[in-house]
Amino acid sequence: MPNSNGPLISVKNLKTVFRTRGGEVHAVNSVSFDLAQGELLGVVGESGSGKSVTMMSLIGLLPTPPAEIRSGQVMFEGSDLLTAEPRELRRIRGGKIGFVFQDPMTSLNPVFTVGFQIVEPLRRHLGLNRAAARKRAAELLELVGIPDPRRRLANFPHQFSGGMRQRVMFAIAIACEPKVLIADEPTTALDVTIQAQIIELVRDLRKNLGMAIVWITHDLGVIAGISDRVIVMYGGQIVEQGPVSEVFSDPGHPYTQALLGTVPAVRGKRIDKLKTIEGQAPVLENSPSSCSFHPRCALALERCGRELPLKMQIRGSHDAACFLAKTEMSPANA
Amino acid sequence: MPHASSRKLKCRRQMLDEAKTPESLVRVERLKVYFPITAGVLRRKVGDVKAVDDVSFEIVRGETLGLVGESGCGKTTVGRALIRLLDATEGSVRIDGEDITEASHSKLHRLRPRMQMIFQDPQASLNPRLTVAGIIGEPIIEHLNLSKHDRLERIYELMDAVGLSREYSNRYPHEFSGGQRQRIGIARALALNPDFVVCDEPIAALDVSIQAQVVNLLEELQDRMGLTYLFISHDLGMVRHIADRVAVMYLGRIVEVAPRDLLYEQPLHPYTEALLSAVPEADPEIEKYRQRIILEGDVPSPENPPEGCNFCSRCPKVMDICRRVEPPVTSTAPGRNVACHLYAASGDAN
Repeated sequence: MPNSNGPLISVKNLKTVFRTRGGEVHAVNSVSFDLAQGELLGVVGESGSGKSVTMMSLIGLLPTPPAEIRSGQVMFEGSDLLTAEPRELRRIRGGKIGFVFQDPMTSLNPVFTVGFQIVEPLRRHLGLNRAAARKRAAELLELVGIPDPRRRLANFPHQFSGGMRQRVMFAIAIACEPKVLIADEPTTALDVTIQAQIIELVRDLRKNLGMAIVWITHDLGVIAGISDRVIVMYGGQIVEQGPVSEVFSDPGHPYTQALLGTVPAVRGKRIDKLKTIEGQAPVLENSPSSCSFHPRCALALERCGRELPLKMQIRGSHDAACFLAKTEMSPANA
Repeated sequence: MPHASSRKLKCRRQMLDEAKTPESLVRVERLKVYFPITAGVLRRKVGDVKAVDDVSFEIVRGETLGLVGESGCGKTTVGRALIRLLDATEGSVRIDGEDITEASHSKLHRLRPRMQMIFQDPQASLNPRLTVAGIIGEPIIEHLNLSKHDRLERIYELMDAVGLSREYSNRYPHEFSGGQRQRIGIARALALNPDFVVCDEPIAALDVSIQAQVVNLLEELQDRMGLTYLFISHDLGMVRHIADRVAVMYLGRIVEVAPRDLLYEQPLHPYTEALLSAVPEADPEIEKYRQRIILEGDVPSPENPPEGCNFCSRCPKVMDICRRVEPPVTSTAPGRNVACHLYAASGDAN
């Protein structure tokens, strides 16, 4: 939702490169976007599209080397996170910016109790004493819907089911009441009925705590249901962004259109033949000088192979990086 | 490329030509697969994981039966037991009349070419030390007596069929992307002209845009070669796309089997209903009004399933009887079975 105070996080021209033995891989190429206060921003893309790397770059979670942030600016509360001192970053991570990752088993430490892992950020960031932190930890577990929270604090991660573990991850992430929660594929490893529980939990948390959430996923369905705005990534670039209802009903970029066509619906009309996107996603060895989707694009023009399409505004905050975006795909808007 | 509906039509016409009523290719009766739990130094058996517990169904020649359910519900175990990659604890599996649960090694070797499997992880199911030609050629060497030249011809034919360029025949699996690797796995499964193919989550490890490519390929091959599929998946959208009939599993049992459209439009079993309602749709308009049934808790352990109906611990419509008596399988319409007490008494759908 747009708001008067300006964006909470403002990313400008972010470029992240991985140096590998086989040469450079340009994982994030000139990515710019804003995250407004309290909004839920969905980031979709296939594996290798740069969605996770973008978010990890923001808060310095990428190992350098091999990663290298070539350029960009990430403004958060008046300072640039990319030039921030490591100490300052540590204060922000887990404090003002929380995280939830895909696999709760590998992101929780198996040799410490869940209680210890929730108490840790509370003591570190909020400076609570042991008893107060413990009490707060139990409250947090209750908040994320874990029954019998006091007893469960003494349990180890392996004593929880996958869905419960992900709830614990959310409890840790929201422990310091962050302003931003970055959730990287938080439901991908879970079954649909458990996914539904977690989505319901996030809805509640948002209502109660009012933080902004970045939800990274490849599942268009999840995004359609929970987010306010969506960013579509391909080849390390944002190819389209806008309010979720507009992007889904009137996609401006051929990639978004094609992607929506490949997902068979569970409700409504059944399609007989699935649309496909031929070929496969690129690995960018150089900074792209043309549209990275053009080899797979059904609507590609001759100039798509020569020039890099710039962001074209479709309507309001909805834009797409495609030469066809404005002229052909939404003539009503001209 | 043939339209899917014309594909089904052709299939049906084929059946009429042969002047046969739909004949079941695979018949599973009261299949049970238990894995023993052992404990102590002597590895004494202390219990069973009832991975598949009394499952019966049929697959008609030329159709695709979708088998859906959440992780741990036993769908992969069913698939493996069907072509005897696992031994059944009880019950029988007949493929074209031949009981494979009791078959001897030599008989099984003779039957293998007719039943094949496509695995979930194309990385793990392909030998990294063999070239593509080696992988696809392996079943041919094992089962057919072809000259080297004929074998290579057959390999090329298969590579064409699955859309792999012949130039790649000397490359190794790691040189391919996930989608291409899955094509290699499909070519290997088809090398011996099988009748029946178990597709175990063939698209789960692939990206969305690649999934559609592989599914379209599977449909095209079914059309061309008259294949019968068991399509195991947790992706309900994809199953609705590819399957003719769908079986829903929960904790080792099939709770509902129905023709695809009936199942998706009018699920009977409360679990099917909850499962379908939990799938998000890539359409914000639908999402706004979607009825969500949020199931409480987690799937119980198959070591120790609840008394009575397996689903009673999470069922929103649970009744007293569900906690005591295992629900019988009721047929509410032709080809439509549901195992739930709600439908047991009346035998009527609504």
